[in-house]
Amino acid sequence: MNAAAEPARLAEPLVLRITPPTRWWTIPLGELWSYRELLYFFVWRDIKIRYKQTAIGAAWTVLQPLLTMLVFSLFFGRLAHIPSDGLPYPIFYYSALLPWMYFAAALQNATNTIVENQRLITKVYFPRLALPLSAVLSGLVDFGVSFLMFLVLMVYYRVRPGAAVLWLPVFLLLAILTALGVGLWLSALNAIYRDVRYVLPFLVQFWMFASPVVYASSLVPVKWRWLYGLNPMAGVIEGFRWSLTGRGDPPGRLIYVSAGMVIVLLLSGVGYFQKMETTVADVV
Amino acid sequence: MSQTVIHVEGLGKRYRVGERERYLALRDVLTRAFTAPFRSGQERSTRDYLWALRDVSFDVQRGEVVGLIGRNGAGKTTLLKILSRITRPTAGFAEIHGRVASLLEVGTGFHPELTGRENVFLSGAVLGMKRGEIVRKFDEIVDFAGVDRYIDTPLKHFSTGMQMRLAFAVAAHLEPEILFVDEVLAVGDLEFQKKCLGKMQEVSKSGRTIVFVSHQMNQIRRLCEWVLWIDGGQIRQQGPTAELSAAYEASGSGQQQQRDRTEAPNAKASFQKWEILEPCGTGPNILDSFGPLTAKVTLVVKRPLRNVQHGIVLYNAERQLLWGTGFDGLELQEGVQHFLYKLPTLPLRPGPYNLRVTLYDDQGLIDDWECVPELVVATKPVTHPKDEWAGFMNIPCSLSVVSG
Repeated sequence: MNAAAEPARLAEPLVLRITPPTRWWTIPLGELWSYRELLYFFVWRDIKIRYKQTAIGAAWTVLQPLLTMLVFSLFFGRLAHIPSDGLPYPIFYYSALLPWMYFAAALQNATNTIVENQRLITKVYFPRLALPLSAVLSGLVDFGVSFLMFLVLMVYYRVRPGAAVLWLPVFLLLAILTALGVGLWLSALNAIYRDVRYVLPFLVQFWMFASPVVYASSLVPVKWRWLYGLNPMAGVIEGFRWSLTGRGDPPGRLIYVSAGMVIVLLLSGVGYFQKMETTVADVV
Repeated sequence: MSQTVIHVEGLGKRYRVGERERYLALRDVLTRAFTAPFRSGQERSTRDYLWALRDVSFDVQRGEVVGLIGRNGAGKTTLLKILSRITRPTAGFAEIHGRVASLLEVGTGFHPELTGRENVFLSGAVLGMKRGEIVRKFDEIVDFAGVDRYIDTPLKHFSTGMQMRLAFAVAAHLEPEILFVDEVLAVGDLEFQKKCLGKMQEVSKSGRTIVFVSHQMNQIRRLCEWVLWIDGGQIRQQGPTAELSAAYEASGSGQQQQRDRTEAPNAKASFQKWEILEPCGTGPNILDSFGPLTAKVTLVVKRPLRNVQHGIVLYNAERQLLWGTGFDGLELQEGVQHFLYKLPTLPLRPGPYNLRVTLYDDQGLIDDWECVPELVVATKPVTHPKDEWAGFMNIPCSLSVVSG
C-alpha cells in the first residue's frame, strides 16, 4: 500500500550530501518551499498557543493598540499638542501603531524563537529559517484583527483613504521584511549570547522613538529625511499613514532608502543566521 | 540488487572541551577578547579539543537494519545527529539516498497546551509527514496509541505513558525510506514496546533502511542484521549481529564481572567464587555453544555443617525464573569446598542471564548470592524469526516429512 500510494516520491532520486560547513551561504528558498507545510504548522501552533494560554485570548489583540492609542492621543496629542498633520489624533496614532505593534511583537517572537525551540532544534532537522519566518508571519493574525478595529475608527472619523491605499500591501511587506531581517540577526545572536533577551525591550523602546509613531516625520528637517529613512520603520509608518488616510505626501525618497536598508538587513541577517545555524545544535 | 543508500566516509565531529552544549554570555566573550593579547599562544592551544567522532566510514545497503552499539558517550548519538542533519560534521562526508526521517526523541514537537489531535498534526509535520498523509493515517495513529477517548483534551492532561504511546504512534506511521532511531523504545511498558518492535520489523520488511541505537541487546538481536560498534568516537568493529553483540557484551561485563566475592563473608559459610569451566568462551561469562556446561562455585566453610540444602536458579533479563534445582542433605567439611555443576546442554536463546545460589541449614538461611550477574549466552539463534513465536529456548530442530 505504501509503495502504491506514493510512487512519485519513491521514484524521485534524492541524494543528500552532508559535509562540514563552508564559508559560503545561500538563501535556501527551494528548501523553504518544500518545507512550506511545516512553516504553516509553526504559524498555526504559535497562534493557537498564544490564544490558549491567555484568559481573554483575542481580546488582547484589540485592547493593546486601542489603549495605547488612547494614552498617546491624550498625552502626546491633547496635552503636548504634537502636530498630527491635520489628522484626528486617534487616527494619527492608530495608523502608526498598526505597523509598529506588529513589528515590535514580530521582532520579539523572532528573537526568542531559536531559544524557545531548542528542544526541537536538537532533535530534528528542518530549515532553521522556518522558525524566525513563522514567528514573523504569525503576528499577521493579530495585525489583521487590529486592522479591523482601524476600519471602525475610519468610519467613525469619516476618513477616506483614496487610491493611495493600494500601496498598503507594499508597506506591510516592508514591515514584515524589516521584522524578519532584524529578527534573523537577533535570534541568531540570542542563541549564542543570552544578553540579547535583556537588551531587546530597550531596543524596541528606543526604536519606537526613532520612528514617527508619536510624532509625524514632518518634524524631521527635510535635508535629514533621507538619513531618517535608514530606519526602515520610518518609511513603513509614514507609508501606512499616507496610504490609509490619504493625507500628506507620499513618503518619496525616504521609502527607497528604507527599502535599500531592508535588503541589506535581510541579506546580512540570512548570512549571519546561517553561520549560527551550523553550530546552533551544539550550543543552545 | 544491493544498493548503497548510506555512504559515510571519514566522518568526524570535534567539540571544544568545556564549550560543548553551553551558551555564552557576552561578558565571557568580551573578557576573552580583552585578555587574549595577554595570553601566550601556548596557553591558548592547550584548550583541548575533543573528537566526539573520528574517521568513521561505513556503507549501508537498501533494506538493511543496522544496530549502533557502544557505551554512553561513545559517539552513537553524535553520529545519528550528523546523519539526520541536526549538527554538521567537522570532517569527512556522508551521502544519503532517499527520504530520511529521524526519531531521536519520543514526542518531538509536542506541546502540552495543544490537544492530542493537534499534537498529532504538529509532531507529524515536524517529523516530515505531509498534511494529507497525516489526515489519511490519523485514525490508524490514534488507534495504535489507544488514546481515542482523550484525543481532544490538551496533552498536559495525558499521563506520561499515554503521551509516549501517542508520540510513538505518530513516529511509527512515518514512511521514510531511511529511518534513524535513537533509544526511543526504552520508554513505555513491555506490551507497548513489543508493539513498537513489531511495527519496526514490519517497516524493515517493506524494504526500508533503519539505523537503530539501543542499549538493549535483545532488541538489537531481534531487529538488526549487522551492527556497528562505536567506541571512543571510532568504529571498533562492524559485522554480523550475533558475533559482535556477544563480543560487545563480553567486553562490557569482563571488567565489572568479578568472579571473586567482595562482600563480608557469612559466619557459618559463604560463597566466594564462580567459574565456568566448559565451554571456554571468549570471556569468563560467555557461553558460545549449546553445551555441555560445567560450572564451579567455590565456598568457604567456617565450621562443619550437616543437613545442608543448596539451591541454584537461573533468571532471564526480565527476571523471569527459567530453571531451578535443589540438593538436600549435604554434609560440608570445614575449609574450601567446590560445587561442580554439570549440565548436558543449556539451550537458551542468546542474551544475558543471571545465576543465583543459596545455602540453608536447619536454622535457616546461611548464604544467598547472585553469583553470575550477567551470564551471556552467545549462540546462534535457531528459533522462529518472529519474536512472539520464538519463546525462551534455543533448540536446534530438524524436520523431515515422511509419507504414509
